Amino acid sequence: MSEAGTAITRDYRLNDALSRVSQIIGRVLLYGILIFMSLWFIAPLFWMFMSSFMPLEQVGVFPVEWIPRVWQPENYTDALRFWKFGTTFRNTMIITIFSLFGDIGSCTLVAYGFARFRFPFRDTLFLILLATLMLPFAVRLIPVYAAYDAIGWIDTFYPLIVPNFFGNAFYIFICRQFFLGIPQDLLDAAKIDGANELRIFTQVMIPLAKPAIVVIAILSFQNSWNDFLGPLIYLKDPDLHTLAIGLYKFTSLPGQGGIYNQQMAASVMMVMPVLIVFFLFQKQFIQGANLSGMKG
Amino acid sequence: MRKREAKFGLLFIAPWIVGVLLFALFPFVASFVLSFTKYNIVAPPEWVGAAHYEHIFTDDPLFLKSLKNTAVYVGGSVAIRIILGFALALLLNTKVRLLGLWRTLFYVPSVVPIVALSIVWLYVLNARAGLLNWFLGFFGISRIRWFADPDFAMLAFLIMSTTWVGVTMVIFLAGLQGIPEEYYDAAKIDGANMAQRLWRVTIPLMTPTIYLNVLINIIGAFQVFTQVFIMTGGAPRDATRTYVLHLFDHAFQYLPPQMGYSSALAWILFMIIFAFTAVIVASSQRWVFYQGGEE
Repeated sequence: MSEAGTAITRDYRLNDALSRVSQIIGRVLLYGILIFMSLWFIAPLFWMFMSSFMPLEQVGVFPVEWIPRVWQPENYTDALRFWKFGTTFRNTMIITIFSLFGDIGSCTLVAYGFARFRFPFRDTLFLILLATLMLPFAVRLIPVYAAYDAIGWIDTFYPLIVPNFFGNAFYIFICRQFFLGIPQDLLDAAKIDGANELRIFTQVMIPLAKPAIVVIAILSFQNSWNDFLGPLIYLKDPDLHTLAIGLYKFTSLPGQGGIYNQQMAASVMMVMPVLIVFFLFQKQFIQGANLSGMKG
Repeated sequence: MRKREAKFGLLFIAPWIVGVLLFALFPFVASFVLSFTKYNIVAPPEWVGAAHYEHIFTDDPLFLKSLKNTAVYVGGSVAIRIILGFALALLLNTKVRLLGLWRTLFYVPSVVPIVALSIVWLYVLNARAGLLNWFLGFFGISRIRWFADPDFAMLAFLIMSTTWVGVTMVIFLAGLQGIPEEYYDAAKIDGANMAQRLWRVTIPLMTPTIYLNVLINIIGAFQVFTQVFIMTGGAPRDATRTYVLHLFDHAFQYLPPQMGYSSALAWILFMIIFAFTAVIVASSQRWVFYQGGEE
């Protein structure tokens, strides 16, 4: 009886030890993979940053070197001489800020309309809204370009700003989901107090919808800041170029192909504002990604 | 009261109604009409019937080539995003320490502007001194001439796309975190091992999220353009000429611009994306499981 008991205990202990070993191996493996993947994701960006301070002859050496032999901050000032950073930065800011206001204003209005009112064909219209997400930009590209050309908007910021005042399907979707989650009681209370629709919208809904608005603001900022194709076709005058186009032109200038360190310095200058915003609003970035993954 | 409500509702959505007419319906119809014309922006469009479509299907070798390249990118990059994104989300869902840190590190490349990423990756993929060849050297793989060799050029873009799984991963992670612990406890009591729990509990419950990610990523991947335009412009020997690059060149690079031809290409792309979406949506009833109670 007691013998069998100790055997079981011993067996149990062995199992326990085994499962602990396998657990440790599992953890080591887990963190090993996570570290490897982080390096895989970050290494190119880290190298961009480091090589932006390297002397030119160090950038092309093999095997790859990671730490500048001499730190050369003048790569940045040299890059600025070829590339009108100030102008492109200002242009990008103008487009980004106006687009941001357009997106927030139009998308909250429209989302509120879809979320809180009953009107004929509402659900059909909302389906159409979702369907437009499927329409490839390539299909819209040419007629829209031709139309802007006809009204003289090529080489102005209007094509990059004005459409944002008419609602973006994806942001409207995000915002509507959020509005649907706000309890009706709050609105009814405001109505009983005699507030009109516009007042309810601006004084009750908008303050409550702040989290959704921040998400839209971030997506809109990212969209304008990173946009390449739009500025590429609409802005031909170098004085109107955005950061994205300025950077592209800088790296593809004839004879500039070789100055990797300055190209990396220019890239760092373009990336920095986005990274700063990302680190300040990380939670909202993640939220934005999550909202985009919600089923409708 | 009902009438008043409808009036306000329509008033609120009015900006979008104008927008959808101007920026979706008008271009949608106009590009279809333009696809039957010869159009160079300067002169008014000139009707040519189905000539562009005929030319595309019979006499444009780059149409098939770019379609094939795009198909490779769609298949490869969507598989990478779904599989790698899901795998990373699973790893992060194991009560891992420093969850926020890992999630941030995986997400960072997704917020970096694509122009800057493209320029950096040109050097990562540099044949002589690039990071990737340096890394592969540790495994005894000799230097690959990524953008000089037609067999490797498209693969290079797929490798680059692995660093963008951040958004997909975050969506999966949120989905995984929403699965109630009781389901796993019940499966454990029934004696299910880890693989069985993954296959019988996690994946079925995640099918709505997988479905959505497949759809979003397929539609996006068919339109791959910017990094190809910046990094190779379609070289070497059109091995990386993607579909949208091909139609962009016709509209904006060639002189005189061939906007009508480009519109025909755009409409074919639309039909392809539409067909893919329709098939996926139709098939979803067979493999996507919504939990009871919700919706």
